[in-house]
Formats: sequence, structure tokens, C-alpha cells
Amino acid sequence: MQAKKRYLILLSAGACLILLFCLGGIQVPLSRRGPSRPHDRRLSGYGPGARWRHMSGYLQPFSSWEQDRSDDLTEHISPRQKRDANSGLYTGKRCRMESCFDFSLCERNGFKVYVYPQQKGEKLSESYQNILSSIEGSRFYTSDPGQACLFVLSLDTLDRDQLSPQYVHNLKAKIQSLPLWNGGKNHIIFNLYSGTWPDYTEDLGFDIGLAMLAKASISTENFRPDFDVSIPLFSKDHPRTGGEKGYLKYNTIPPYRKYMLVFKGKRYLTGIGSDTRNALYHIHNSEDVVLLTTCKHGKDWQKHKDARCNKDNAEYDKYDYREMLYNSTFCLVPRGRRLGSFRFLEALQAACVPVMLSNGWELPFSEIIDWNRAAVIGDERLLLQIPSTVHSIHQDKILSLRQQTQFLWEAYFNSVEKIVLTTLEIIQDRVLLHTSRSNLMWNSLPGGLFTLPQYSTSLRDFPFYYAELGIKPPSKFTAIIHVVTPLVSQSQPVMKLLVAVAKSQYCAQVIVLWNCEKPLPAKHRWPATSVPVTVIEGESKVISSRFLPYNTIPTDAVLSLDEDTVLSTTEVDFAFTVWQSFPDRIVGYPARSHFWDSNKERWGYTSKWTNDYSMVLTGAAIYHKYYHDLYTTYLPASLKIMVDQMSNCEDILMNFLVSLVTKLPPIKVTQKKQYKETMMGQPLVPLNPSCQGTKQNSPSRWADPDHFAQRQTCMNKFASWFGAMPLVHSQMRLDPVLFKDQVSILRKKYRDIERL
Amino acid sequence: MYTSGKYSSRGPALIPRMKTKHRIYYITLFSVVLLGLIATGMFQFWPHSIESTADWTLDKRSVHDAPLIRLPVSSPIPERGDLSCRMHTCFDVYRCGYNPKNRIKVYIYPLQRFVDELGVPISSTGLSREYNDLLSAISDSDFYTDDVTRACLFIPSIDVLNQNSLRIRETAQALAMLPRWDKGMNHLLFNMLPGGPPDYNTALDVPRDRALLAGGGFSTWTYRQGYDVSIPVYSPLSADVDLPERQPGPRHYFILSSQTAIHREYRAELERLKEENGEALLLLDKCSNLSQGAASARKRCYKGQVYDYPQILQESSFCVVLRGARLGQAALSDVLQAGCVPVILADSYILPFSEVLDWKRASVVIPEEKLSEMYTILKSIPHRQVEEMQRQARWFWEAYFSSMKAIGLTTLQIINDRIYPYAARTYEQWNNPPVVKWSSVNSPLFLPLIPPRAPGFTAVVLTYDRVESLFRVITEISKVPSLAKLLVVWNNQNKSPPEGEKKFKCPECTAIDGLSLDQTHMVERSECINKFASVFGTMPLKVVEHRADPVLYKDDFPEKLKSFPNIGSL
Repeated sequence: MQAKKRYLILLSAGACLILLFCLGGIQVPLSRRGPSRPHDRRLSGYGPGARWRHMSGYLQPFSSWEQDRSDDLTEHISPRQKRDANSGLYTGKRCRMESCFDFSLCERNGFKVYVYPQQKGEKLSESYQNILSSIEGSRFYTSDPGQACLFVLSLDTLDRDQLSPQYVHNLKAKIQSLPLWNGGKNHIIFNLYSGTWPDYTEDLGFDIGLAMLAKASISTENFRPDFDVSIPLFSKDHPRTGGEKGYLKYNTIPPYRKYMLVFKGKRYLTGIGSDTRNALYHIHNSEDVVLLTTCKHGKDWQKHKDARCNKDNAEYDKYDYREMLYNSTFCLVPRGRRLGSFRFLEALQAACVPVMLSNGWELPFSEIIDWNRAAVIGDERLLLQIPSTVHSIHQDKILSLRQQTQFLWEAYFNSVEKIVLTTLEIIQDRVLLHTSRSNLMWNSLPGGLFTLPQYSTSLRDFPFYYAELGIKPPSKFTAIIHVVTPLVSQSQPVMKLLVAVAKSQYCAQVIVLWNCEKPLPAKHRWPATSVPVTVIEGESKVISSRFLPYNTIPTDAVLSLDEDTVLSTTEVDFAFTVWQSFPDRIVGYPARSHFWDSNKERWGYTSKWTNDYSMVLTGAAIYHKYYHDLYTTYLPASLKIMVDQMSNCEDILMNFLVSLVTKLPPIKVTQKKQYKETMMGQPLVPLNPSCQGTKQNSPSRWADPDHFAQRQTCMNKFASWFGAMPLVHSQMRLDPVLFKDQVSILRKKYRDIERL
Repeated sequence: MYTSGKYSSRGPALIPRMKTKHRIYYITLFSVVLLGLIATGMFQFWPHSIESTADWTLDKRSVHDAPLIRLPVSSPIPERGDLSCRMHTCFDVYRCGYNPKNRIKVYIYPLQRFVDELGVPISSTGLSREYNDLLSAISDSDFYTDDVTRACLFIPSIDVLNQNSLRIRETAQALAMLPRWDKGMNHLLFNMLPGGPPDYNTALDVPRDRALLAGGGFSTWTYRQGYDVSIPVYSPLSADVDLPERQPGPRHYFILSSQTAIHREYRAELERLKEENGEALLLLDKCSNLSQGAASARKRCYKGQVYDYPQILQESSFCVVLRGARLGQAALSDVLQAGCVPVILADSYILPFSEVLDWKRASVVIPEEKLSEMYTILKSIPHRQVEEMQRQARWFWEAYFSSMKAIGLTTLQIINDRIYPYAARTYEQWNNPPVVKWSSVNSPLFLPLIPPRAPGFTAVVLTYDRVESLFRVITEISKVPSLAKLLVVWNNQNKSPPEGEKKFKCPECTAIDGLSLDQTHMVERSECINKFASVFGTMPLKVVEHRADPVLYKDDFPEKLKSFPNIGSL
């Protein structure tokens, strides 16, 4: 017992001692900290622990209400005068839209771009020619300078390096003599290279006046925000339209590639911009970080050669640039002589996340692109931290950076046309300030070029952002029935169709588009339905009018129908529920396919029953109303006129457009089986008489042998305008969950689809 | 022996039964311990106050006890701000260093009272309530360090929020006297009311070398993009008035103008709009019959009718924020707080935190010249978007405008994002209100890719002990041409995996095959679903009514021409 007691006492005493030690132990280093760094803390007599603490006592507010207002009231200068004063004050390097741009030119005709006619004897580089033809092919182009809001020179200003063979002499005099120059007001000047050895200034060698610059390798110092546009440096081989796809074909998880960080390029040894590349060898480890430089460039490189050159050059030759590019997670993009380099676009296309080492470079399209989503912005001063920085980036982040490089590459960079259109759209957003795109529209799929703010500035009105905004797709559709034959009997297919569609629980309205030359039938001749039926006359009775963005369409979803389509209410209901899951795509019934005909070296069109498809006919399809707007405004007049003249191919064009935007195939849903002929791709020829004088619009067009040949031609015409084939194949058909399953038909919700 | 043995095992219960001698012994022991503890506690605070009396007075937290610094007339003046300054030219990144948290360290200078040689203070207000709040918020945040040697960013305690209360030259001299000033490198100044009569510069006039400026009211000509931070002008009503959030939707008025000091040219323009559009517009002014003072700040009048401000802002869909002498207006904060969509007419104005906030989703910017077209422009905005903007406006106020703390920490976060761009907050984090953050779906595989067949797929087969069905699965799946690899996860602790092609007889297999039909199994799975949904806080699963089949599935078509003829044949 005594022993136990003693033990207990010892134990408690020990516990107390530990407790004391702990409290004291924490305190000891704390009290030591002050004196150990005396000079840190002795700044102007501040003692240790000079921690900011909330001050008590009465403090005045920073501004008193009366005083602030009196400031505003004493302003005697008229705001109008002030604005006028600005435009005189802020010119040249301080130009902004407010001071150097005449907005009034854009008010009457909207955002129109004029290109000066090419002067005789004036040579244009291939790149500049591509820029000009991209503008001329765009919907912004006008040939009338009186309508123009923006002017583009036909003098090649791309290469302003005096030592370059492309350099245009006497530019100053040539520009000054232009009658519309107007001091450069509302002009945009494209430039890729400026300055020359040894200092590579950003001066163009002529007075740009009040003109805007769309320039590559521009520095933040010279960049006039919201006035200039930073464009990427692109090579003369950059395709004019279409453009190559990104390299990424599928995602890999984990997202690491063979190398972590690579670079292969010239090293300049001396002069401007040489420091960064000269220092790269510090972080090169020839394992996961492979940074290779060569001293070989120019004729007299041997003269400047340093101690490392021979070793570096040997190492440089051992690696293949392409192999490294496609097998690295990150790609270093260090500045060269100029701030921007070809490496940037190369890395972007190769899905190799660019690691920028180019201090002060205003990145391409920085006004609208959030580069932190697709690149790592490094600091030349912190080169040695780069390996640990890239290693610290989480897998998820790498995966998302990599995908974003591909999105940006295809959305804004892969052709001269995209670069030019992006530049113009950026300026348009500034001019039409209250209908400009939000950051989200520019930085998420499908990108700013396909998101036209003139349609709506609300994200909810587009089919692309439902998930992002966390909202459900719309719950109603509007049916548009395209009618080209006169009403003769109540048993005409269009009557049945109208009744069946109107019965759908998701139908909000039926619009009959009267594209027949005969006068509109009396109202009572249309069947009575529970939803409103509106009849509108097609504009000049052309087939494209079925895709006009009518104000009378109250819903976001459109069910587009041909008058001879046979559909049941159940089929419509099912297709609409499918569309709600894929609101950005075309969801419909009869499908067609395209293929590459290698014998004829052209695209082929087939309506045969095949195991895959790439188009869904818009004679019976649901899609988002936005595509009406895009069809009408985005596509060039030439294609629409071609479609109207043939009264054919409008559905192919719509499929091209939607696949171009989504990069995905349309969706075919299952259809109740009909006559054998219909199934074999030869739809029924209605026996109704056609509208007189509208031979082209005749529904019998399907039977016309020319019809099919026309569609082949269309395919190839479209593909050449788009610069590539946007259609994507699919092998999938969406059926109701229990479709043709061995269960009682009574358990099936969409049982009518299976009944013949 | 037996009883005491039993008691001793019980511990504390022992004490009352102990002999007096022992009891005294224990009491003494505990008193010693207690005394020791008290002494330690005293020791913790005592030494500080002995070492530095200056600090002690600071701890009493009274402005008037802050040390007085007299500025000699000849004291150096910093240079005017350099317009070409950018992070890579005027900011010393080496002070921020590489750290795993990717967070900058911010130091705040202790409070001092600067006076000129005659003893006149450099500022008429001294430390303002708002600047005090701002500095306190920063010092309570994760950015704060009291160790000047570890700091990346320095914040002077000299209050320059309002230029009106400053003596420009002396304030500049005081800044230059700061011990770590070093040409203003890595110093951050907060200013909300810049400039002074008659031309009202849009940035603080105090010469400040390379210091960064967090300014309210920058114009595009004074704002150094990527270097300065554009901040809001704080409205004291944010703290004084509680405006509950209203559901987005149409309001009684369409456009409301509530600012009191609008230039007569613009007021005339607004009057004209009012004449044209009548009741849809409400054009308020200050009340002429009310006395000046704080109360008048909370009232607005129209033709003798008195309205409560800022409450009236909640009654309008759009609220006009016109420039005054300065571009930045405190009214913007009130308007956002009310969930009214601001219509900003202030040419060349850099909107608050425009580096990270997407103002196009929360406001309408109209050139001043187009004031007369305001009504038409606003009418063209779809209803849905107005609602979206109302919600977004309120969210911006809550997150970034509502307090000096919000303003200060947002500013620091923006600078932090520039220094560690690879760890920067995303667009969604900055711009999506919590309700959207919760409901939005962002797939990690967002790129629309249709992968080629070439790399194929890896089959992962989870198994327990149904070896027969395992083999069946393996046999079937290995016939698939695109199969690249087959991975069997052996989940049976009692048996080792079978080797090679050896087949097991498994009598109980057939019995267990019916597992998924088992009633208890279903109940368990339902419970799982409920548990998961409660942990997720929402039900992420969506119901669809469609199923993917091959294009020619069950079509009346020769089977041998179908790509996938065997599907559904079971």
C-alpha cells in the first residue's frame, strides 16, 4: 500500500513537471526569438511583436457624405467638354478606344470592315494575302468605304524587319497618300515582326497615327489596353482556313507523359533576350527535364561561341524536336530575340502545356483569353523554380490545362482565318459594348466565334452552358412545319402530323411556315389543337427561310418538320426527352452518312442503311433555336444562296454547322417502322399536287435523280468553305430503355414506337 | 489489506480516507504545482512589457499613443508613379519566394503619427475607421506576417484612402521615411478617393515611386494593367443598412437614378428620358427641405415625395451609376447591395476588381454619349439576363464590396494570383455565386473527344469467389478486338487466385448468382443511395429514359451486315 501511494505521488509530481515544462518550453523559444534577430525588429525603434492591432477609440470615417457630394457638385467643367478634351490629350502611345476611335462610323451599318483595293505593283506576302482574304470572306466585309467602321490596309505591314526580304519600303509615304487614311482613325494594322538586330524595338518604322495594332510579340509596356490586339506569331505555312486539329485524341490518366518539361531551340549567346536561354542548362537534367539549345545560327556563330556550345550542340542533335513535343507534359516557351516565338502555337497544338518564360509579353488575345487555364505563366527571374513549380501542379489541373490548350487551339488559332476573325470579334465587342461576350463565352466551349452576343447576352439563351450554370434545359418545344404544297384535303399527311405533334405534352406552339405560292388557307381549315397554331409566310419562299430566327418562336427548343413527315406523339415525346440530355446537338430520326470517296478524291453522300451516320435530316429533328440564328448570321451568303437556288441541302448545311460548333455527331433516335420504301431511304412521294410555279419546292424533289447528285456537290462545296470536314460519325442510336426487351409491353412507357 | 487494495485501485476516492499527514502532503504538492502554473502564466506576458514599453502602449490600441514622427522639411520626396511599371519590372519577386502554400506574406507597418516641423499632422483625419478595419482584417488573415524579413508585400499604416484629407507633399515624405520603403518596391497603398479640384486626377496624386496602388476610380490612362488593382469605393451604408436579398425578378421601376450630385447636363438628359418613358423611370434627388447631415444621406426626394435610401434601390431593375467628379462612386456599392443591376456611365472607368470579375454578367456599361439611348438599350436585354445580373450583382457585393475586409483581402488575393499564377483562383471561383457553385456540373473531361479504337480499353473484373462466372466473363471479354488488357481484382481473402487455365468446381456459385435479386441486397443498396445523397448534400444522379443501341439494332435488316449483330440476342 505504501509503495502504491508513493508511486502515485511520484506519478502526479511527474505529470506536474511535464506540464510545467511544456508551458515553459513553448515560452522559451518565443522569448528567445526577439533578441536573436535584433536588427530585424529594431526598425525605427519598433520592438518585437509589432503586430498590427485594431485601434480603439473614436476614429473618423474616411469620407464624409457632404464633402464627397460637394466634390461632385463643384465640378464646373461639362462632362461633354471633358470627353472632347480627352481625344486631343490621349493620342499616340496613350490611345484608347475613347480617345482615338470614331464610334459613330459603326452606328449606321454595324461593325463592317473595309479592305483597301490592292494597288498595282504592290506585292503582298502570302500571310498578308491570307489575312485579307479571310476578312473579305467574312460576314463583316464591306466593299463600300462609306459603310465601314474599320479599315484594313492593302499594304503589307506584317514584316517590319528592315533586314527581311519581305520588308516594304516607303510605307510612310504610301500610307499618307491614301485618301481614306484620316490620320489612321478606325484603321487596324497587322504586324508579326518589328525592329531588327540588335535591339529589336517594337517600332514599325512609320507613323501609325491613331490606328490600332494587331501585333505579335507585343510587350505590356507598348500594348495599349482595350485598343491594340495581341495576336500570335504564325508561320507563312499556317493554313488560311480549316486548320489542323489538336494533337490530343484521347485523355490519359494519370496525365503524365514521358518528359515533364522540354525545350529545343537556338541560343543567342549575346544581345537582347539571350539571358534566359543561356541559363536553361541550370535546370536541364536530361531525364524528365530536357532543355536543349544550339549555338548554331547565323554565319558567324563560331565567333561568339562560349565554353558550353560544343557540349550543348552535341546534346541538341541527339533529340528529335517532334518526338519531344508530343511526349512531354509541359513545354517551355522562353522568349527569343522577340517576346513571342513559334514554340507557343506549336506547344498549344501538341497539347503540351506551355510554360511561359517571356517577361512582359502581352499574351495573344489576352483581352479575352484566360491563359491561366491553359498555360503556366512563369517568371524569367525565377527560372530555377520552374521544375519544382511544374512538379507541384496537381494531375487534375494538368488534365484540365491540356484539354484547354486543345480547345483554344481549335477555337482561335489553328488558321489565319480564326486569328483574323478573333481579332475582329474582339474589336466588335468593344464597339458594341452592351452586347459583348462575357469571359465565360470566350473561355469555354464552343468559344467566342460561335457564341454570337447579338443573339443574346444571356448565357441561359445558349445551348452550351446549362451544366455550367447548374440549370435544367428547357421543358417545351415549338414545332415548325415547313409546308410547300397547298391544302387540298383534311387527310393530307401534314394535317395528321400537326395533330400528332400538338398532342405532345412538351409542345408549346406549332408554327406552320407557308412556303407555297398559293395564298394562305383560311384559319378554320387547320385542325383544332390544344396548343396555338401560327401560320407565317416564308420570306421570298426560299428553303433557308425555315431556319430564320423567327421572333414568334417562344421556346429554346425547335422541332423542325417537313410536311410529309410521319410521326406519332410518342415518338416526339421520346425524342424531346433525349434532346434534353443533349441540348447542343441535333436529335432526330432519319440519318445519313458521309464518306471519303478515294477514287473520285471527294466527299460522298449516302442515304443507304449503314452502321453509322453523321447527319440527321432536319425534316424531323429537334435542336436549339440558337442554331437558326447561327445559320442565318454565321454562314456566308454564297452558301445560303446556293441552297436556296437548288432548294436542297439546307439540312446538310445545318448538320455541318452544328457539328462544327459541337465537334460531335448528331443523335438518331429510334423511329416507328413504316413502309419499306421509306426505310430504304426513298421517302414517300405524296400524291398531292404541288404549288404552281414553285417547281424547286416540290416535295417530289426526293424522287428527282438530280436531287441526289446535288447533295454530293453540296457536301464538297460546304467542306471547301469550312476548310475541313466537320461531320463526325456515330454508331449509336438512342432507344427507350425497354425497347424491344422481352418484357410486357404494358411496362414500357414508349410502347407505341415498337408497334407497327 | 484487502479493502485498501481495492480502494487504491479507484484513485481519487482514496483521498478522504487517507491519514491527515498524507492529506497535507498532497495539498502542499498541488499548491506548489498551482503556484508554478501561475508563475508560468505571468512569465508569458511579463518579459514583453519589460523589454519594450513602446510596444506595450501600442497594445493599449489607442491612436493617440502612437509614436510621433516629425518630418524635416528637406526630407526626400518619392518620385511620381512610373506608368510603365509592371510586376516584372517594378516588383521584387525574390521577396515572395517559393512556398508550398503559394501564399504571399504581408507586413503592416506599426502606427505612427507623422507631423511636419511645425507639428501639423500630414492628414486631417489621421487613421480612419475604414483603414483601421482594413488593416485589422489583413492582420487577422493568413496573409499576415509580423516578421518584416519574411514579408513579400508591405502595407504602410499611413492612411491615404481619401486624398482630400491629405497634405500631398508631406504624405509622400512620410512614405519615403518608412524603413523598408526602398523606392516603394513591394509596397501597397489603398486609396478610394483620388484627385482633387479642379481636374480630379483618377489616381492618387501622392508621389509614391514604384508602390502598387489599390485605387478606386482608375481610368484606363492611369491604371497600370497587371500592376495596380482597381478597388471599389467603400460605402458606409454597407455596414449601416441591412438590405435582405430579394428574389431576382421584375421590379416596380425599370430605371432608377438616385445619385444626388449629377452634373446638370446629365440631369437634363435624365429628365428628358423621364418625360419620354414616364413611370418606368424614377429620378431622385436630395431632399431640399431636410437639414444636412447623416440623416440626409438616407433620404431621397422626387417632387416633394420622400424615399428611403438605399431601400428604394430594391424597387428598381436597373440603377444608374453616373460618373461624378471622380469615376469611382460609392453608389455602385449601394446598388449592388440592393441587387439592382448597375448601369454604369463612366467612360474609361476601370471597374472594381476587373482583373478577376466578369462585369458583363453583373452590369451594363453604356458610353456616356449614349445616355439618351439608355432606355432602349436596357429594354433590349432579355428578362432572363436581368435576373441573372441581379443575382450576380448581389453576389459581387456580398463577396467583394460588403466590408473593408472583403475589399482588402480580395486585393491581396489578386496580387497573390499574379505571383503564383499556376495556383490562381479560377474564373468560376471568382464569379460563380455559391448557389451556382453547388449546382453546376463541370466535367473533368470537358473536351469533346471521340477517342480512336487504337489504344483499346482495359477490362477490370472484380471477383469474390464465383470462379466459374469469372472464367465465363474472361472468356467472353477476351474475344473483344479492342481489349488491350484484362485486370482481375481478386477479392477473396480465404483463397488464393487460381492459376492458369485450371478450372474450379464451385458448387455454391449458382446459389449466389441470384444475389442481385435478393431482397436484403436491394434494401442495402437503397440505404447506400440515401447515405451517399446525404453526404453529397444533393442527389447528383439524373434519370434518363434512353438507352444507347447500335444504329441498326433490331432493325429488319440482314444480320450479317450489322456491325454489332449479337447485341440483345441473349
